[in-house]
Amino acid sequence: MSDILVSEQSAPGADGSGRPSGRLLEVEDLRVEFRTRDGVAKVINGVTYHVEAGETLAVLGESGSGKSVTAQTIMGILDTPPGFVTNGQVRFHGKDMLKMSAEERRRIRGEGIAMIFQDSLSALNPVFTVGFQIAEQFRIRRGMSRADAKKRAVEMLDQVKIPNAKGRYSNYPHQFSGGMRQRAMIAMSLALDPEVLIADEPTTALDVTVQAQIMDLLGELQRERQMGMILITHDLGVVADVADRIAVMYAGRIVEEADVFELYRKPAHPYTLGLLNSIPRMDERGQELRTIKGLPPNLMNIPPGCPFNPRCPMAQPVCREKVPPLLQVGAGRASACHFAEELVNRD
Amino acid sequence: MTENIIEVRDLVKHYPVTSGVVFKKTIGQVKAVDGVSFDLKAGETLGVVGESGCGKSTLARVLMNLEKPTAGSVLYKGQDISRLSGGALRRLRRQIQLVMQDPYTSLNPRMTVGDLIGEPFEIHPEVAPKGSRRSKVKELLDLVGLNPEHINRYPHQFSGGQRQRIGIARALALRPEVIVCDEPVSALDVSIQAQVMNLLEKLQSEFGLSYVFIAHDLSVVRHLSDRVAVMYLGKMVEIGTEDEIYERPTHPYTQALLSAVPVPDPTLRENKTIIRLTGDVPSPISPPSGCRFRTRCWKAQDVCAQEVPLLEIRPGSDHPSACHFAEKREIVASYEG
Ligand SMILES: Nc1ncnc2c1ncn2[C@@H]1O[C@H](COP(=O)(O)OP(=O)(O)OP(=O)(O)O)[C@@H](O)[C@H]1O
Ligand SMILES: Nc1ncnc2c1ncn2[C@@H]1O[C@H](COP(=O)(O)OP(=O)(O)O)[C@@H](O)[C@H]1O
Ligand code: SF4
Ligand code: SF4
Ligand SMILES: [Mg+2]
Ligand SMILES: [Mg+2]
Repeated sequence: MSDILVSEQSAPGADGSGRPSGRLLEVEDLRVEFRTRDGVAKVINGVTYHVEAGETLAVLGESGSGKSVTAQTIMGILDTPPGFVTNGQVRFHGKDMLKMSAEERRRIRGEGIAMIFQDSLSALNPVFTVGFQIAEQFRIRRGMSRADAKKRAVEMLDQVKIPNAKGRYSNYPHQFSGGMRQRAMIAMSLALDPEVLIADEPTTALDVTVQAQIMDLLGELQRERQMGMILITHDLGVVADVADRIAVMYAGRIVEEADVFELYRKPAHPYTLGLLNSIPRMDERGQELRTIKGLPPNLMNIPPGCPFNPRCPMAQPVCREKVPPLLQVGAGRASACHFAEELVNRD
Repeated sequence: MTENIIEVRDLVKHYPVTSGVVFKKTIGQVKAVDGVSFDLKAGETLGVVGESGCGKSTLARVLMNLEKPTAGSVLYKGQDISRLSGGALRRLRRQIQLVMQDPYTSLNPRMTVGDLIGEPFEIHPEVAPKGSRRSKVKELLDLVGLNPEHINRYPHQFSGGQRQRIGIARALALRPEVIVCDEPVSALDVSIQAQVMNLLEKLQSEFGLSYVFIAHDLSVVRHLSDRVAVMYLGKMVEIGTEDEIYERPTHPYTQALLSAVPVPDPTLRENKTIIRLTGDVPSPISPPSGCRFRTRCWKAQDVCAQEVPLLEIRPGSDHPSACHFAEKREIVASYEG
């Protein structure tokens, strides 16, 4: 495994402290399957990524590629059964959370790692006011008095730029617009000042003008707090705007990892290339879009060899036989393709 | 000049807001569409963009004659569609078809694909006599890139993109002239979205279809549209060719909308100016007086609260815009950068 870029660098204890320098959260060779009546779906098949303080890692992939299940595993909210972790580690400050007691994990949630979800309406409790839900965290986790907790909650609402925060404190979630609910959820997840924030499609349900406001806000709060952020999304536009590094997922694997500029300039995996080619560009009206043929694989029956091979325009016989490992292909980037070198070295 | 296949004039659709359980009392009106006029030319694609709740789907339903307008008219080849009945109405229903956003809920899960696509023939038997229907359905499946052998499968056995193809095949069954597409690719992943967009373009050139293409994704709309209309809170605020709207927008809302589109090119990050709109879209029950955009507009003056700006061409611009101070602005992030 020493040839895998990410795990090579992340060997814990490199600085003798048992804590990898800068790496807050590391996922290594994670495997998750769902055991259902219809069969076993192998949804995460060896995911490795990490995030450092102050950086934004974008996890990019199409629906069903395993982005959210990875996040759920990190947060310890995987639906078990049917979901089972069959391999791997999720280290926070070098310590494997999958081996921690429920109590230890609970302490990390919120303060160490927090998460915001795509669907704010179902993530907020409809029967409590928005303000109360934020204040509760200060009461339970910080032992604050009712009055202090309320004051802090109003401050949080104010920080996420909800107008008239004091007045809005006692509104219920349904009284907020979609954009305001998303802000409220950000306030709630940042209340305990987490070191890592996982944002799972935080703006997918929002309009572009509101999306821009929310992404601005997240960026601002992240810089202030030097948080590490894992931004899960399928939107190649949003990623280009905010990511530092990108991990591209396909069929439960990271198929490419690179710095944002490198990835857009010269993708090192045919799937990434295909994705970039299929977005409608505003300056190419009328031209046929280049598409990726076919569909993502059925996770109960992933094709042997490279999981992308049935759709890949570059596929060779070897691709049907050998699974390409995620290998380094130049400084700070990795690709899981037998022909990555050729892709990177083309002019 | 190309003929207008659809003409929409001063179209209004209000929904009553009621309170009370037993004695319903109308306490207001949701002004979902509030005075919209435009033409659809034969063979063209008119894109309609705007944020959630601005009235796009309501417009689609009225165009489809699924709902009667509160005021104003939709003329199909000169005939007011809300006044048609009997044979004329049936003929109209053949000519305008709808493709909807959600490939998961818009198809009856208990019907086979063959029944779903063949269903329009039950209502319009003149299009395909009974004996020829199965082969017609297979032709349609082939046309939209699905395997004709899968005619007996159910919707849940298909992926999202494939279900959208089924919806398109169904809309094509009666050989319509116009297809209203309400967010047809919004629920799809990029690689699948591109497949469906290519299919829509292929079908248009093959059958000379006219499209009303509703979407909130401005890049998708630009890719497919000849002309584009921008809606805000029940009104059309700007309309023009795709070039006029994307390269020379004059309405502040259009400018803000375009500036906020995330561009899939990280090298443009730095030299991109996003116009930041503050606040939320006001309620369509009591929209602001005068210009509806004034509560979020950085250019608003006193006159904006008093006079409704008409959708018209003003000096110094080449296409209609509903702003008292319509003018070009060199801001919009472009790919050419
Ligand atoms: N049957 C109805 N009764 C009452 N209000 C309605 C009805 N249908 C739509 N509305 C309201 O009319 C306005 C316009 O709705 P519409 O569905 O046309 O928006 P849209 O532009 O299609 O939005 P989206 O992008 O979210 O699909 C909204 O405020 C909506 O809540
Ligand atoms: N509770 C569950 N039971 C069974 N399968 C699941 C469950 N949650 C997710 N999956 C499956 O796991 C795969 C990955 O899902 P997910 O991580 O949500 O994808 P995404 O990349 O869109 O976030 C999908 O095939 C999905 O259907
Ligand atoms: S390993 Fe082969 S099939 Fe897989 S992406 Fe590379 S070229 Fe394509
Ligand atoms: S009319 Fe006034 S408020 Fe409306 S868009 Fe123009 S400047 Fe802004
Ligand atoms: Mg997801
Ligand atoms: Mg709609």
